[in-house]
Amino acid sequence: MMEKVKELLRSFGLPRLIIAGFLLLLFIIAPFVGIRVGASVSDTLARFGMNSIMVLAMVPMIHSGCGLNFGLPLGIISGLLGATLSIETGVTGPLSFFLAILYSTPFAIILGWGYGKLLNRVKGSEMMIATYVGFSSVAFMSIMWLILPYKSPTMVWGYSGSGLRTTISTDGFYSHVLKDFLQINIGTLSISLGEILFFAIFAFIIWAFLHTKTGTAMTAVGSNPVFARASGINVDKQRTLSVIMSTWLGALGILCYQQGYGFIQLYQGPMYMAMPAVSAILIGGASVNKASIANVIIGTILYQGIVTMTPSVMNNLIHTDMSEVLRIIVSNGMILYALTRKSGASR
Amino acid sequence: MQNVSKEYNGNPVLKDVNFTLKQGEVLGLVGENGAGKSTLMNILFGMDVIHQTGGYGGKVLIDGKEVKFASPLDALKAGIGMVHQEFSLLPGFTAAENILLNREPENKSVLSLVFGSRANTLDRKELQKKAIEAITKLGVSLDPDMLVSEMPVGHKQFTEISREISKSSIRLLVLDEPTAVLSEKEAEMLLKAIKNLSAQGISVIFITHRLQEILDVCDKVIVMRDGRIITELDAEKTSIPEMARLMVGREVNAGHAQTKSEERPLSENIVLSIKNLWVDMPGETVKNVNLDVHQGEFLGIGGLAGQGKIGIPNGIMGLYPAGGHVMLNGSEIALNNPRACLDASLAFVSEDRRGVGLLLDESLEWNIAFPAMQIQNKFLKQYLGGLIKWRDQAAIKDITDKYINQLQIKCTSSKQRAKELSGGNQQKICLAKAFALQPKLLFVSEPTRGIDIGAKALVLKALREYNRQNGVTIVMISSELEELRQCCDRIAIVTDGAISGILPASTPSEDFGILMVGKTHKEAE
Amino acid sequence: MKKDFNAKEFAINNIVPIIFIVLCIVCLPIAGYSGQYLLSQIITRIMRNSFLVLSLLIPIMAGMGLNFGMTLGAMAGQIGIIFITAWNVVGIPGLLLAAIIATPIAVLLGWFCGKMLNMAKGREMITSYMISFFMNGVYQLVVLYGMGPVIPIHSDQVILPRGYGVRNTIDLINVRQSVDTFWQIQIFGVNIPVLTIILIALLCIVIVWFRRTKLGQDMRAVGQDMEVAREAGIKVERTRILAIVISTVFAAYGMLLYLSNMGTLNTYNSHSQIGMFSIAALLVGGASVSKASIKNVFLGIVLFHLMFILTPQAGKNLMGQAQIGEYFRVFVSYGVITLALVLYEIRTRREKAESAKTLANLQKEGAKA
Repeated sequence: MMEKVKELLRSFGLPRLIIAGFLLLLFIIAPFVGIRVGASVSDTLARFGMNSIMVLAMVPMIHSGCGLNFGLPLGIISGLLGATLSIETGVTGPLSFFLAILYSTPFAIILGWGYGKLLNRVKGSEMMIATYVGFSSVAFMSIMWLILPYKSPTMVWGYSGSGLRTTISTDGFYSHVLKDFLQINIGTLSISLGEILFFAIFAFIIWAFLHTKTGTAMTAVGSNPVFARASGINVDKQRTLSVIMSTWLGALGILCYQQGYGFIQLYQGPMYMAMPAVSAILIGGASVNKASIANVIIGTILYQGIVTMTPSVMNNLIHTDMSEVLRIIVSNGMILYALTRKSGASR
Repeated sequence: MQNVSKEYNGNPVLKDVNFTLKQGEVLGLVGENGAGKSTLMNILFGMDVIHQTGGYGGKVLIDGKEVKFASPLDALKAGIGMVHQEFSLLPGFTAAENILLNREPENKSVLSLVFGSRANTLDRKELQKKAIEAITKLGVSLDPDMLVSEMPVGHKQFTEISREISKSSIRLLVLDEPTAVLSEKEAEMLLKAIKNLSAQGISVIFITHRLQEILDVCDKVIVMRDGRIITELDAEKTSIPEMARLMVGREVNAGHAQTKSEERPLSENIVLSIKNLWVDMPGETVKNVNLDVHQGEFLGIGGLAGQGKIGIPNGIMGLYPAGGHVMLNGSEIALNNPRACLDASLAFVSEDRRGVGLLLDESLEWNIAFPAMQIQNKFLKQYLGGLIKWRDQAAIKDITDKYINQLQIKCTSSKQRAKELSGGNQQKICLAKAFALQPKLLFVSEPTRGIDIGAKALVLKALREYNRQNGVTIVMISSELEELRQCCDRIAIVTDGAISGILPASTPSEDFGILMVGKTHKEAE
Repeated sequence: MKKDFNAKEFAINNIVPIIFIVLCIVCLPIAGYSGQYLLSQIITRIMRNSFLVLSLLIPIMAGMGLNFGMTLGAMAGQIGIIFITAWNVVGIPGLLLAAIIATPIAVLLGWFCGKMLNMAKGREMITSYMISFFMNGVYQLVVLYGMGPVIPIHSDQVILPRGYGVRNTIDLINVRQSVDTFWQIQIFGVNIPVLTIILIALLCIVIVWFRRTKLGQDMRAVGQDMEVAREAGIKVERTRILAIVISTVFAAYGMLLYLSNMGTLNTYNSHSQIGMFSIAALLVGGASVSKASIKNVFLGIVLFHLMFILTPQAGKNLMGQAQIGEYFRVFVSYGVITLALVLYEIRTRREKAESAKTLANLQKEGAKA
């Protein structure tokens, strides 16, 4: 039994322990500096609901051995295209959310396919190239947002009548469609079951997919591509499929984020959105080539917990808000740790 | 007098090896793969492998004084140079730069007082001069300004050797199969160079499989087998057949091999027909193989390392770029397409267990069931009219447990990760994986490499039974001739990327030995 | 026939510079700048950036790819500048003092970066990239919170009114153009800062000299094949760390020159921007992940910054919006890095596939014979 515990601890890893311990410490301190724990927990859960699908978007690509999806902005762009098109149609309410998903899907598939093809040609340095594919596509779309002929007055700049605004409110469209769905309030604690349910559905789909024949093949490709090839698997096809899935989940993830946040952020907004998601799944215990749904859930809770708790606790404790800086150090430090670890060295 | 002599005593892989080498003498070292040649050289060279595995017994004496090298660098200092089979050259450097790598002559400068000696600039003229000196000493034509990446393979070899002899203290040079990659002309030049060196008082240990070369340049020959020196011969008085016989002949084990009476009649049906196969597998290049495999037989493919025997199954199964024609039961199989081979009911157990054969991080269940699941839709539950193909965990467990029992795989459970098993058990998993595919023809490559004797016997027995009882045609590739002679009906020998001959397994070892060293019948006569 | 083939090969190998030349030629008339203006702009930019871009050459030589960790050097340089501004040391002595402060910091950061990269062989670039992100956090921690309470700096010019942390932008009036104007001559109405040119030329000479040293040779050896170099007795890890340290220190000096030329410090942005722009410029000049020369540096700076100057104006004249040009040049900077990385990977792969062709040919010839 002791052995098992030790083994579990080892597999959990030191940085994760430190982060979990730190979060626990924050929760213990919180009541003493006048922070209501209930509200903090609700905050953490709300952020979990908003961000979890983007973290989930890491899973397929890690499984197929494409590494950490630093190219998440590509998926986000598909989502943004879906969102803006949906608003352009003028449909309001929950239906607009559904439309946004629908419209973003073909973009995600096409972009994901191209992105997957590209990554197949650069095996071994996927992550570096993915990062820059993400950046270039964000920069390219910045131009596009300016010149695409959108007309909806909620989105274009009032004074010039053309070009999209930097931030667009989703009010009246799909703001809080999931967040307000099945919300439970217990004292200061409020939980949005809608968001969690939405995540659960997609987490289940991915989990189920990994149990099918194709999902098994994808995992094998990530585990040992040579084995997979020798077993007659078309490695490139599996990788492309995984990239398409990741891209689509990224699109879905940003839509989910927007409904909770209430705004669509265009232009340079998606530029660095991959880092928090990458870091969250690593904190959850994933490595460069292994990840599970549990990693997603644990990682997102830990990461978002720290992001919500540090500013409030720090502010009340030393009257200085250094949370943003801490977030940068923790999340990038985590990625750095994963990259320099020997066991994850196969890629 | 500079008598170089060495003795080794009591090493498990090397038993009581004694020999002496005089200054300027050329010693030929021959033996099959695994005879202990490399271990012997590793000891001499002070390689880390030796220290990590508990050192060695006995003594190495140079000039009558005992030496113990802690690292290859020590050996270098003592004047021993070695040229390995794999080139250790920098492609973007010229021959001269490679020859004097990390021993470049330097110009002293003031700056080095501040920044240390690494801030000295290189003395290019001196470097050039020294390189040319070494090349002249070797007596070959080699352009010192040529980039290694643009050199023909022979020149690379010369660069390697020049590097060793450019070391001022060099007295003994070990050449490990230097001619294996050379063309005939280049090999001739190299042999001449060896004679040159010996004339200048440098002793040479020359390891090769080409026995003719031994006769050409060596003063004496040592034949090794099973970690022993079988005999020391005078190169002038021996012959190729004699050496070949000594190399492979195994008095003790010979009884295990198939005898004439065990021979089975060969079926008329040709299952697999290979025509003009080439395979680009680094280190195991196949140039032109033509081979017919008969229904139900157990065919062995043997040959020395690097001659291309391993490339054959790897090429057919699409793991390395290949060309030519492969027909299974009269229908052509697409090359460079692993799926097509598997669909045609071929299966392959790779020699690279950890790299190709296994999903090390996954369970035994996954390892055994995976190909059969993917290729033949086994172990799947189908829902919605086959739209969803769900992994059937129970069926996977059943088949895994079946093979764990049948092959006596030692593991804690079928859920254990493949990387936690020993080599022998991993090999059995690989076999189980292939058996689960229920192939018509099975390629097995080096099934006993790196596993202990007990596991070896079990693996061979399993293969033999699978062939005899299920009537599955098996093609087994192995470096160990005796192993092939135990299991196979016929054995094909591969030399220089082509089949040099096929003989029944009951043929005496010597005949195989002659085929291995590349002497076709007409040359031997 | 043969000549045609070579032209094609040349185009493929130099696709990035060629795209840029075409881009600049197209934008030139649209933007409508005068020749003299462009020339003086280009010279300013060369003076400003070349030291930084040159600092990237040594890690490439050592086979460690593009050193995204050069931002670390830039950070060290900025810390030096912050100090001398707070202490009010002016002119060239100020810059020298800043260099003295920056050097140990750059050495330390470079050593850390090199250590990390040794733990991540084969994926140096993404790792150095993440290191720059990570250290950016640490830098912010030090500069935004540490300066004032922990590190004693009490200059109103530098510190935020709240009493700690450095302002977003610092006016570097003390050292502005101090190197450039130290010895300036005018040719055709264009100011030529002679001292800066001497400094840059000096660095070029140092790099040329460095290639000829024992250490330079070792780095080239390590860059080609770590195993072979190790067998020959070269200390591989140490050599790699040295490469990064040297690059980081040069980057720190380069940053000082850059900032003195600019005259303002964007405390929280300058370093990350400079990393990206320097790397993009080098790649535009035709360098690859494994090969870069001084020629690439200068060609790259000219082309990249020409594009930088031209596109906003061209965008304005063409579309009526300068914003499009702004975004366009961001896109081009990222795009060019992506393109160069992808081309490099594909080229390496193609070279590996060559040997199969040789065998197939051999077989064909054999069949004929």
